Amino acid sequence: MADASVNGTLLDVRGLRTHFELRRFGFFKVGTVRAVDGISFQLGQGEAVAVVGESGCGKSTLVKTLLGIHPPTEGEIRFNGRDISKFDAATLKWYRSQIGYVQQDPYGALPPFMQAQRILEEPMIVNGVRDRAERMERINTALTEVKLTPVGDILQKFPHMLSGGQQQRLVIARAMILNPKLILADEPVSMLDASVRVEILQILRKLQETHGIGVIYITHDLSTVRYFSERIFVMYGGKLIEHAGVRDLVHHPSHPYTQALLEAISDPDPVNATHMKKVPAGEPPSLVNPPPGCRYHPRCPHHMPGICDVEDPPHFLPRPDHWTACFLYRDGAEAPPP
Amino acid sequence: MKALWRALAALRQYPSAIAGLGIVLGMVLFALFSVIAIPYQEAIRLWRGGEGLWTDSPRFAPPAWVNWWPGSNLPTTIRLDSADGGATKTREDLGGGVTEVNLVYAFDYGFDGFPQELTVFFNPTFEAGRPNASLTWRTPDGREIRVGDVTLRSAETFRISQDTRLERRLGGVVPEIGLFADPANPGQPLKGRYELHVAGLVFEEAADIDARLVVYGQVHGWAGTDHRRRDLGVALMWGAPIALAFGLLAAVGTIVTTMFIAAMGVWFGGWIDAAIQRITEVNIILPFLPILIMVGTFYSRSIWVLLLVVIALGIFTAGIKSYRAIFMQIKQSAYIEAAQAYGAGNLRIVVRYMIPRIVPVLVPAFVSAVPTFVFLEASLAVLGLGDPVLPTWGKMINDAQANGALFRGYYYWILQPAALLLLTGFGFALVGFALDRVFNPRLRDV
Amino acid sequence: MNVGDADRLLEVRDLRLYYRTTKGVLQAVDRVDLDLPRDRSIVVVGESGCGKSSLSKALLRLLPRNVAAYDGVVQLGDDDVMKLSDERYRKEVRWVRMGFVPQAAMNTLNPVIRIGEQIYEALILHRRARTKAEADDKAREGFKMVGLPTDFLDRYSFELSGGMRQRAAIAMALVMEPDLVILDEPTSALDVLTQANVMNLLKRVKAEIKTSFILITHDIATSSEIADDAAVMYAGEMVEWSDAGRFYLEPLHPYSQMLMASVPTLHEDRELSFIPGQPPSLINPPTGCRFKDRCPARFAKCDEPPPMFDTADGRKVRCWLHG
Repeated sequence: MADASVNGTLLDVRGLRTHFELRRFGFFKVGTVRAVDGISFQLGQGEAVAVVGESGCGKSTLVKTLLGIHPPTEGEIRFNGRDISKFDAATLKWYRSQIGYVQQDPYGALPPFMQAQRILEEPMIVNGVRDRAERMERINTALTEVKLTPVGDILQKFPHMLSGGQQQRLVIARAMILNPKLILADEPVSMLDASVRVEILQILRKLQETHGIGVIYITHDLSTVRYFSERIFVMYGGKLIEHAGVRDLVHHPSHPYTQALLEAISDPDPVNATHMKKVPAGEPPSLVNPPPGCRYHPRCPHHMPGICDVEDPPHFLPRPDHWTACFLYRDGAEAPPP
Repeated sequence: MKALWRALAALRQYPSAIAGLGIVLGMVLFALFSVIAIPYQEAIRLWRGGEGLWTDSPRFAPPAWVNWWPGSNLPTTIRLDSADGGATKTREDLGGGVTEVNLVYAFDYGFDGFPQELTVFFNPTFEAGRPNASLTWRTPDGREIRVGDVTLRSAETFRISQDTRLERRLGGVVPEIGLFADPANPGQPLKGRYELHVAGLVFEEAADIDARLVVYGQVHGWAGTDHRRRDLGVALMWGAPIALAFGLLAAVGTIVTTMFIAAMGVWFGGWIDAAIQRITEVNIILPFLPILIMVGTFYSRSIWVLLLVVIALGIFTAGIKSYRAIFMQIKQSAYIEAAQAYGAGNLRIVVRYMIPRIVPVLVPAFVSAVPTFVFLEASLAVLGLGDPVLPTWGKMINDAQANGALFRGYYYWILQPAALLLLTGFGFALVGFALDRVFNPRLRDV
Repeated sequence: MNVGDADRLLEVRDLRLYYRTTKGVLQAVDRVDLDLPRDRSIVVVGESGCGKSSLSKALLRLLPRNVAAYDGVVQLGDDDVMKLSDERYRKEVRWVRMGFVPQAAMNTLNPVIRIGEQIYEALILHRRARTKAEADDKAREGFKMVGLPTDFLDRYSFELSGGMRQRAAIAMALVMEPDLVILDEPTSALDVLTQANVMNLLKRVKAEIKTSFILITHDIATSSEIADDAAVMYAGEMVEWSDAGRFYLEPLHPYSQMLMASVPTLHEDRELSFIPGQPPSLINPPTGCRFKDRCPARFAKCDEPPPMFDTADGRKVRCWLHG
């Protein structure tokens, strides 16, 4: 994997697998949901990356595993070099305070019976910030940074009194309040109106640049990725199938799935109405019974029988700093898993 | 707290709720007043009764406000005690150690009905020589009727109305009617001034005779009396705090505990949840009232034991299932996940993040549960399993039934406690239904 | 838009739908005009709270109980359907001449009835088929048109994925052979690839049969896939109407312009902007132009409510800048 960043690696994930068991009546195991099935990547300090994938690709499970909410079935997650599965309860709690979590549904992410001030105080209380004055000061800073002003007006409001955009900004403020090193944003703008999305993304971008925090931005909307991150990871069927810098991926997508994704996304252009999009039919793969070999092969227009449906493709390097898990590139150099 | 104020404000738009709140508030104030006006020990003492306490009250007397009915003029009790000037007392020394003590009781009788009883309670003071007394009755139209003679022991009760000899002398008419009847119109009492002359003889210097004449009325007090002459007002008043306290404690005890257990089950899941569900299912099938009857019959009728059993049986009920469903839904909320993400512990999440979501559901349930428990306690009392010493509404109905009240026409005895029970239930029900609509927007009409 | 009367399929004038709420009267649809010629599709774009869903309810007369005002002229072909009684409307217009694919249609299929049964029921009830066999034939044709295997007719809705359910819902609307179909956010809940597939389907249907579409959505980018004309709603009012070609490239109304500027683009590099503030409340909307508080081009005249102006090139815009 290329240089993570000048400051060192914040998050190092290797061979991560998170599987859930399906049990009937609480006893009989009838299958395994392989939500995250072998993911490796590195995130540098202060780096912003996007994880792109459709629903059912396992990206939400990836987030929860990184947060320590689901234990990984296999693999390692290292935070600043330390293996989080070796953390005891207290260290795990500290680890969670180092990550801010921004969720998709701004209203659901806020307890409806608490006022904004209390919502922001809770993480601090839980993590032992005892001094009331200090809490109020941090609240003030956080709210100002997300542009929820005047602060005095906002503090007493309940979530239902705020608009969608304001709610999400409150969620971001809460994520920032413990001065985390990493923000996990799971579809932070997909439930907001178009005209508000940009504002939220800009706020996140500014926070990332000002405080030098790493951001993992999870989305299915590739068109927003350009405004917010430097690298993209594409997930499909629980696996990372491509990653590269944003510009490079958008202009030279190598994996057929990525190509389909890019083709499927529209820009507001009237010429769209005149032609059909070239997109594959079919559905995302089941995570319980994934297809053998490359997960995308049933839908892939370049499917090579005998090659694609036998083994999982390893990562190839068709271009500098641009990795793809597709047998189409097997003649190029085969690089070790990043 | 603020949520409570907002709920109350929201209630304002429901007239039924305002009426209900008024009733509930009235009941609470009534209960408070009862507790203050008649302290607990006093109430127990009064209710335990014993002839000594209620001697001067009639038996089975309807409340005095029956007389507000036009044309009704039933007699109330007249008490004249020589010890505090109710009678004119004269002493005359007859010589030879004999003193005549004369007591004259005079009163005006203007009622349209006959008294229930007539009794004279003697309270003589003497050492050895027993005094005797001779009673004469003087009617307003000048007739003199000899009532009787009696030798006094230390505390003598002369029940004029039960004297058969007097009855014969009056021509077979019971004394309380015969002494008052208008000769021209025997069905009606003669109105006017009546006098009872007690001519007593004492045989010692220091001896004295005091007596109390009680002309028992047919109506008494604001609530009437029962078979033991007890003023039912005591029971009606004290029934309120007991009913409310029982209802509130039982409601709070069951609902709060149920909610906690449901929360714990949902949060920890696994076998804890399964165990709670199985216990609940068994408990739902158990017959509530028969078990209470068994406890009351074989173990103890104390109201505290009853309360404990009611709460214990009331915890693992259908409420667990429905709260569990709500909690499971709440558990999926994004903000719970966010709380885990910033490191909140299990207990904090359950108590501070999940339970506040369910309180709006609990409040109407709680308010509606209070009358259920009030009626339960009353039912048990009616069945004879109520607390033996406490004056409760259910006990009143039980006494009334045991004394054949409906058969004998003592409707007030049953109707008064029943009305208060209904009123309590009604008030809470109105408030409960309105609260349900406030907290559960889907029930609203927009 | 200068089309002869014979080609006009739908003509809406002064459509109003107000709701009664505990906080006052909510003016969800406030005197909206709409023209839809045959064989053309129009997209109605707007953000949450602009009244576009209420517009579909108003056109289909799917009204809740707390309606405060509902009037206007809705001319479908030669008939003013607003004048029809509810019963006649149900029998003759809704689902018969106006089809409907509701929002998150996948969740509105009845889970306890087989999909085929639901379609037969609709066909027979609305007398598009007389026997079950006839209904079955039509259903199969419908499924073929939307690209679903016909044996899915025997399945329950939960056996299908989201995209397939959406297609089934579209098929249900199309088998009735309506004059027009209103689709309310048909692809919002779908994945990108599935969304593209469904849009392809709509394009194909549009080319093959003579049904017009009204597509209501907040997703401006996707709406460009199928639009012949575009209308923009803001705060209960229609603020712009234009043909698609010019709308997406040069919108006229300041709101449309700012909205267009806030849409991230993939294939071209563009500076993004957002619209500060929030849309006004539909209860007691502001006097004058409803966008004035957020509009960078506001001037004195904006305190008066602007009418819909016709521009020289045949577009309509509700803005004093073009008055």
